[in-house]
Amino acid sequence: MIPAAFDYVRAGSADEAIAALGEYGDEAKLIAGGHSLIPLMRFRLAAPAYLVDIGRLDDLKYVRDGGDHIAIGALTRHRDVEINADVQSQCGLLAKATSEVGDNQVRHRGTLGGAIAHGDPASDIPSALLALRATVVAKGPNGEREIAIDDFFTGFLETALEETELLTEIRVPKVPDATWSFQKFNRRAQDWAIVGASVLVNGDQAGVGLVNMDSVPFRSSAVEAAIASGASAADAAEAAAEGASPPADLNASVEYRQHLARVLVRRGLEEAGR
Amino acid sequence: MEVSVTVNGTSQTHDVEPRTLLVHYLRESAGLTGTNIGCDTSSCGACTVHLNGESVKSCTVLAVQADGQEVTTIEGLANGEELHPMQQAFHECHALQCGYCTPGMVMAATSLLDEIPNPTEQEVRIGLEGNLCRCTGYHNIVKAVLQAAEGNA
Ligand SMILES: Cc1cc2nc3c(=O)[nH]c(=O)nc-3n(C[C@H](O)[C@H](O)[C@H](O)COP(=O)(O)OP(=O)(O)OC[C@H]3O[C@@H](n4cnc5c(N)ncnc54)[C@H](O)[C@@H]3O)c2cc1C
Ligand code: FES
Ligand code: FES
Repeated sequence: MIPAAFDYVRAGSADEAIAALGEYGDEAKLIAGGHSLIPLMRFRLAAPAYLVDIGRLDDLKYVRDGGDHIAIGALTRHRDVEINADVQSQCGLLAKATSEVGDNQVRHRGTLGGAIAHGDPASDIPSALLALRATVVAKGPNGEREIAIDDFFTGFLETALEETELLTEIRVPKVPDATWSFQKFNRRAQDWAIVGASVLVNGDQAGVGLVNMDSVPFRSSAVEAAIASGASAADAAEAAAEGASPPADLNASVEYRQHLARVLVRRGLEEAGR
Repeated sequence: MEVSVTVNGTSQTHDVEPRTLLVHYLRESAGLTGTNIGCDTSSCGACTVHLNGESVKSCTVLAVQADGQEVTTIEGLANGEELHPMQQAFHECHALQCGYCTPGMVMAATSLLDEIPNPTEQEVRIGLEGNLCRCTGYHNIVKAVLQAAEGNA
């Protein structure tokens, strides 16, 4: 299967990409690694008239020390996040979640920015960024703005990005002393998570992000509150699905997903030493 | 639009539609049919080639994304009549039956050894999770990759 015909525009800079988005409006789509978009286009679930390629914006491929955070360029590939020594030591949960995305071939192409901008609740990476309380940077015609990860995901495959905005950077707080766990439940090796859990424990605070438990990447605030008030891992995990509206599909019913969330969060908290 | 790709060391230029997938470019424009297509869902890995030295699924890359880049296909591995050590190991370990998955397996496996020169059996299994084989049960494929890695020791 091949995508519907489109016009191809290769952006030479972030500003060029923003200008192209301004010119073509909702007929245009950015393409980074293409590993969410090309599958959709092959099935004709997406058929943009213009494809604006940001894959060559090398100045947005980096991992930098930002003082209290690690700054990662939006076009950084999963592979380069996964093996980066600073990401591993300062926010190891992100390195681990990234290493669980698809397979080697997928991680050689897919980008951190694309994984977030796609707004897919089934993606592993947003759960880690929720647990780590990351911030993202968007750039548009009027300059840059920061968006807290909690404000970024607005609906199924929808984000707070404006039509003419580009995601440029992801800022992940350094938590070298935190303990963490990434739990992914699937049936076959390379599959997406049926449910997944990112768990971070930093002193008496916890961060818990869930995969595939709602129409958006889901923060389990109830578990975080329980941990903050001193609950055991087992007791806190009982609240994992509170407030979530998980989907039902061939892999799992709503009840089964709620059950998985409780089990995975408990395992995660225990593995993180809580 | 014009797309120039260095395929197996030779620069080629073809006029293709922007929507052309790299795998179709390789098979139809470049005439290299060693790279197979096994699925519609980016799952099987039969289409795996190296893009700038790293394994990618060529059904999930647009030819225009590879413009100006280097691609190696299964045809580019052997040195004349002399098989690449990974091909030799697949041959010796009987790591194929119908052979449909083999070009992709070999390309994924060579890329894996570039990243992990001396992998454990578990690392080989995880490293090849993007490649499906309907015949062998994987056992001899894993054996072949480990044998090829011995040459790296
Ligand atoms: C076989 C396969 C298995 C996979 N398995 C998993 C898995 O197990 N877990 C998982 O989490 N993911 C999985 N993925 C998805 C993978 O992580 C994607 O690479 C990632 O979700 C998208 O990144 P990308 O760079 O390829 O984005 P693209 O496909 O290029 O873009 C995705 C969307 O984001 C937009 N976009 C991209 N970059 C930006 C930017 N900088 N600013 C604004 N908008 C932008 C695009 O316009 C598009 O709408 C899998 C993909 C495949 C093909
Ligand atoms: S043809 Fe199956 S992954 Fe490319
Ligand atoms: S040998 Fe037949 S699919 Fe692998």
